[in-house]
Amino acid sequence: MTEPLATARTIAAKDLAVERRSRVVANQVLPFAGLVMVMFAFALDDDAIASRVAGGLVWLAALLALLVTVQRSFAVDAADGALEAIRAAGADMRGVFLGKVAALAVQLLVLEAVLVAAAIVLYRVSVRDPLLLVAVLVAATAGLAAVGCIYGGVVAGAGGRETLLPLLLMPVAAPVLIGATRATESAFASGGATPAEGWPWVGLLAAFAAVFLVAGAMSFAALVEE
Amino acid sequence: MSDVRAEAIELRDAVVLYGAHPALTGASVRIGRGEIVLVEGANGSGKSTLLRACAGLKPLVRGEGRVLGFDLRHERAEVRRRTALLAHRDGLWADLTALENVQVWARLAGAAPDEAAAALGRMGIAGPLASRRVGSMSAGQKRRCALACVVVRRAEVWLLDEPHSALDAQGRDDLDALLVAARAAGATVVVASHDTERVAAFADRRIVLSGGRVA
Repeated sequence: MTEPLATARTIAAKDLAVERRSRVVANQVLPFAGLVMVMFAFALDDDAIASRVAGGLVWLAALLALLVTVQRSFAVDAADGALEAIRAAGADMRGVFLGKVAALAVQLLVLEAVLVAAAIVLYRVSVRDPLLLVAVLVAATAGLAAVGCIYGGVVAGAGGRETLLPLLLMPVAAPVLIGATRATESAFASGGATPAEGWPWVGLLAAFAAVFLVAGAMSFAALVEE
Repeated sequence: MSDVRAEAIELRDAVVLYGAHPALTGASVRIGRGEIVLVEGANGSGKSTLLRACAGLKPLVRGEGRVLGFDLRHERAEVRRRTALLAHRDGLWADLTALENVQVWARLAGAAPDEAAAALGRMGIAGPLASRRVGSMSAGQKRRCALACVVVRRAEVWLLDEPHSALDAQGRDDLDALLVAARAAGATVVVASHDTERVAAFADRRIVLSGGRVA
């Protein structure tokens, strides 16, 4: 079997090819996340409040979408025993983990771009610091994708995994939700926040992502082992 | 590097659990390199567990085991890289085409891209069929794809669990020819099968399992 980066490329390309064919994220998860944004816009029905909470709603919708996307990513591998076949083939599981994280991150980034656009239209916010927003999206997405794949791997072979994943994943993803929300509010300059206040949160998000990427790469083999 | 003097597979008093239930209860097996060995036995006799243990997937809880000289307790990663397991499930991605599926395994094994098409061709899947989504294929066609994935891995030990299942007459003949060719190329092939007469026709010997032990 090949080295970790080559394995990661192969697995990422495979996961993205599966999504290109099935279009589950595009046709089901994306509309679901969009609906969350629309429903909150109706529920809040107040421009001032809506613009104040827009950053939080973007990340809440992203987190809900993450749960569905991770579930799907591992269900596809488990359906016909492909994840077990990958283990049996002695593939470098660090590479498998990083490949799955990369594919998940690409899908989440597309999704988040749509959610930010929805926030701009529905909640009447404007992006005051585009660079900060891009940094938040990248750092938070890396962290979410990493924890998503760690816990997706943990529950892949477990009974009741559909309900177990949110239970395990949500508490661990909470720091990302908080940090990304604060930093996005700064990028939107909503609620009196300034762009300068957002960068420390980006640092925290980057540290979170780095820790979970390393921890996931080192532990993934053991997590998916029988 | 594997020890070329070592047996392909050597288990001594191996105990392996399937959940909490002991599926192998002290199995001792020696299989030489370049052999085709038929493993037979009733349902629940431990055939699948024997193959999974030899693939490094199921840990030994007691006893000793080596595959190509690598210890099944401590060198399972080495074992996995050198063995190819075809389990009951095909291990395919339904949304990818047959060719894309085999290409994934070719890339993971470091094989040349054109080896994927060649492996599929050996299993009778070529032309438009190779470009068809696996999810829309018949069970027999999926099994052929799964066997092509085994071929492209270029493993030293093939562990096949009911490989003839779902295959039509031509597919079964193709598979038999493939296994004989693999032996000629130096691979060791272990086939668990209820289709005993067919496999016995070209196997070097047979192992009968009963109650998790070699009878």
